[in-house]
Amino acid sequence: MTFTREKDFGTPAASGEAVSLTIDGQELTVPAGTSIMRAAAMVETDIPKLCATDSLESFGSCRLCLVEIEGRNGYPASCTTPVAPGMVVRTETDKLRKLRRGVMELYISDHPLDCLTCSANGDCELQDQAGAVGLRDVRFGYEGENHLEGCKDESNPYFTFDPAKCIVCSRCVRACDETQGTLALTVDGRGFASKIAASQDEDFLSSECVSCGACVQACPTSALIENTVIEKGTPDRAVVTTCAYCGVGCTFRAEMRGEELVRMVPWKDGKANHGHSCVKGRFAWGYARHNDRIVNPMVRGSVDEPWREVSWEEAIGHVAREFRRIQNAYGTRSIGGITSSRCTNEETFLVQKLVRQGFGNNNVDTCARVCHSPTGYGLKTTFGTSAGTQDFDSVQHADVILVIGANPTDGHPVFASHMKRRLRQGAKLIVIDPRRIDLVRSPHIEASHHLPLRPGTNVAMLTAMAHVIVTEGLVDEAYVHERCDRDAYAEWAEFVSDPSRSPEAIEELTGVPAQEVRAAARLYATGGNAAIYYGLGVTEHSQGSSTVMAIANLAMATGNVGKEGAGVNPLRGQNNVQGACDMGSFPHELSGYRHISDAETRALFEKDWGATLDPEPGLRIPNMLDAATDGTFKGIFIQGEDILQSDPNTRHVAAGLAAMECVVVQDLFLNETANYAHVFLPGSTFLEKDGTFTNAERRIQLVRKVMEPLNGYADWEVVQLVANAMGLGWGYTHPSQIMDEIARLTPTFAGVNYDALEQRGSVQWPMNEAAPDGTPMMHIDHFVRGKGMFVVTDYVPTDERTGPRFPLLLTTGRILSQYNVGAQTRRTANVDWHAEDRLEIHPHDAENRGVRDGDWVSLRSRAGETTLRAKITDRVAPGVVYTTFHHPDTQANVITTDFSDWATNCPEYKVTAVQVTPSNGPSDWQKSYRELAEASRRIETAEPAE
Amino acid sequence: MMNTREHLIYMAGQIFRNFASRGEEAAVSATAEHLVLYWDPHMKAQALDILDDPEIDLPEPVRAVFGKLRVAA
Ligand code: SF4
Ligand code: SF4
Ligand code: SF4
Ligand code: FES
Repeated sequence: MTFTREKDFGTPAASGEAVSLTIDGQELTVPAGTSIMRAAAMVETDIPKLCATDSLESFGSCRLCLVEIEGRNGYPASCTTPVAPGMVVRTETDKLRKLRRGVMELYISDHPLDCLTCSANGDCELQDQAGAVGLRDVRFGYEGENHLEGCKDESNPYFTFDPAKCIVCSRCVRACDETQGTLALTVDGRGFASKIAASQDEDFLSSECVSCGACVQACPTSALIENTVIEKGTPDRAVVTTCAYCGVGCTFRAEMRGEELVRMVPWKDGKANHGHSCVKGRFAWGYARHNDRIVNPMVRGSVDEPWREVSWEEAIGHVAREFRRIQNAYGTRSIGGITSSRCTNEETFLVQKLVRQGFGNNNVDTCARVCHSPTGYGLKTTFGTSAGTQDFDSVQHADVILVIGANPTDGHPVFASHMKRRLRQGAKLIVIDPRRIDLVRSPHIEASHHLPLRPGTNVAMLTAMAHVIVTEGLVDEAYVHERCDRDAYAEWAEFVSDPSRSPEAIEELTGVPAQEVRAAARLYATGGNAAIYYGLGVTEHSQGSSTVMAIANLAMATGNVGKEGAGVNPLRGQNNVQGACDMGSFPHELSGYRHISDAETRALFEKDWGATLDPEPGLRIPNMLDAATDGTFKGIFIQGEDILQSDPNTRHVAAGLAAMECVVVQDLFLNETANYAHVFLPGSTFLEKDGTFTNAERRIQLVRKVMEPLNGYADWEVVQLVANAMGLGWGYTHPSQIMDEIARLTPTFAGVNYDALEQRGSVQWPMNEAAPDGTPMMHIDHFVRGKGMFVVTDYVPTDERTGPRFPLLLTTGRILSQYNVGAQTRRTANVDWHAEDRLEIHPHDAENRGVRDGDWVSLRSRAGETTLRAKITDRVAPGVVYTTFHHPDTQANVITTDFSDWATNCPEYKVTAVQVTPSNGPSDWQKSYRELAEASRRIETAEPAE
Repeated sequence: MMNTREHLIYMAGQIFRNFASRGEEAAVSATAEHLVLYWDPHMKAQALDILDDPEIDLPEPVRAVFGKLRVAA
């Protein structure tokens, strides 16, 4: 396969009326607003350029792209000159060639002539353009004043800035401003003295740079270049695939040199990311070939023994025998499985099929249990389907953006960049979050209202906003009348109107001034198209499902569902949370969110699978662990999920796992859960398999294999091996066949298949006869459930209360550079940004406790104790502390309790009553756990048995 | 920490409290319906055992919910 760069049209696409013109004798018609440069590129005439690239607005600084226009004087820059009707343009004349050569000579006279040894040789626009303008000689010589001695900045672990190679085209500066929205770069100085500087002329690592890579991608030379290209050389082939980190679902060109990945370059045609990326997807893929990866299956008799490497055959045979033995001894329902939101749709579908068809029960759950299960419940109840209403692009039409319980700049960075662009254009922002997240104030962005509520009071807050909207007559009556269930609305309106639910009445509870709440509610209801984006700060509460429904109520009351720029949008954490839920990973429902008790749906599957399905719902993860400690649940298959680290109340999880007789973990690394496992089946990375992921906007995208799996099998193949060892007789030879089965059995996926995905790049479900092109926006003319259902959401305070022993509220979150339990990102240079979890504490609370910045502190709740270092900041309010949970040493979940959402058991991660005291070392649990973890990871060095 | 029985009683009570604004009777029905839809058979069976265990001092609404569950079973 040959390597071709993505075509660069020089300036962004326009969308005006059709305009006809002539370029070099060729007639063409393009949308008004198109630059001459872009129009020419559309008919394969590439005008030389340096400062222009189609991901950025034109700038017009290099003067290389000059053209002649009939009837106009001079030589206008084609990148900044829009087309006009009847225009006649010439792009190649002797005069133009001479002018361009002159420009190029100036650039080259101040550029090192080391092309042959330059890392970008063959992939450099300056080199290409020098060729394109026919430069043969530099009349000015190379002896004059120049920048060739500039010092390299190698501080960033992923890319290098070499000022000697810089042509000061400012593409990087504009990329940081326009694409990323961080505004970390400037052109420092003027004229010849001008140079590129990060923040206040700091090195990249210490600057505000968030290492998104947009500048590197925009740079036409090797001034900004990926370190992997310096090390490995330029790529020779590229495969488009989908990021396996977060729910934004950025697509990338995996640029390869042979079997080696050289770099991941965000794909311009990616509908979720439009050519942008964050530090994780762009750079943090080194874990895929990390030495810690386990590539051989392993078995052990008990968790005290060292691991023994065995053949696949032996491992799979052992799993099948053990599961059948346990079922014979303890009953059909004594085993289960957990699907992974990290794996593909096809893989999660197979794991739940293994459980339902092979285990003969519905004991299947997924890590979405601990993040977005309330979204499933809440949106299904109110709107009729468990998914966000819009595509990401819809945010470009929003006038008011309400962000609640989400921190998009860290959790969903690429979407945050799109959102920030809209905010810079003037959309208004409301943030409801206990913490002052970055969005509240960042360059050129300031939230109109930040409501820093006490953790655990979301429902009271949203109901108070509803109170304002209803009592001040701001309801979109016509919409509600036409689109929603009127009785339910009347009941809800009466409920929220009660004075006890006014902002004034709940002020003391939430800690937010009533006037701010009123102002925010008015803005949301009257500011134009209003969109709500929410995250785990909504769902991971004892009233997570109620909060989701309260959000849906607000959106319906103001007519903000079913149109552009509005809607209710859950920001999904992991790459395939949406997909894992869609695929029937929950114990009570089959794919497409159909309840297992529905005989008709069951019959469909039973016929296809040739098995009788259990009509009763199965166990959720926390209930599996309860049942394990009770002695009724004895075996589990866990794919790509580290429940010991990610689930609440670690001791409870540990006790549950320790009580089982066969714990099978399939993962890339010996994760924390594997400390309690009896069988370890090595997993494969997203680079090693084919399949699909579904992102937060219901967009199904292809994951393409770019290298062979180190462990020998893609994860779906491993599940198939287990299934067949249990006698199920599956015969898939490619994941596309699994998708065909999903489509056959799931009405919302009926039109989805790999050919359609190849042709269209991506599709958004529902895609079926009624929606042959998929569905970017849902509920347009009517709600999926028919009439929108208002639900009364009474505020029920959590039972997790502060008191004299535990006076502070702990809430948790994540940071840009790390990803969830950190299994991947901790094995990359991303640790340069976040080497440990820290406890954020307000200066007052720190002072009261004699805690200084950087001190070790003990963090205690009624569930347990851990230690970590303190970070003193007023980002958190007094009385609230905050930490991330990316590092196993911190064991933040030793602290979290087993309280959970009333409807779905999604854990209440966001509220734990704690005490913080100075400390000088790890807690007893941390010490004993460390010993156990070390002992449990021993591997016997014997040759694998054949 | 709660044992499994305490946990089941707690969960049923918590679900009931979230439906309580509908009035006692409707909330009991809604809670029982929720358990039918989301609890696995073993959990439901344990709820009925709890109901029959004279040693357990069951909060009234939870007793009513588990009672309804028995009727549904
Ligand atoms: S670093 Fe690259 S993109 Fe930035 S000004 Fe220099 S040459 Fe242009
Ligand atoms: S990597 Fe991203 S944030 Fe950093 S300077 Fe470049 S564009 Fe800006
Ligand atoms: S925003 Fe999410 S999907 Fe996109 S590159 Fe970053 S981690 Fe990957
Ligand atoms: S490309 Fe047009 S002025 Fe630089």
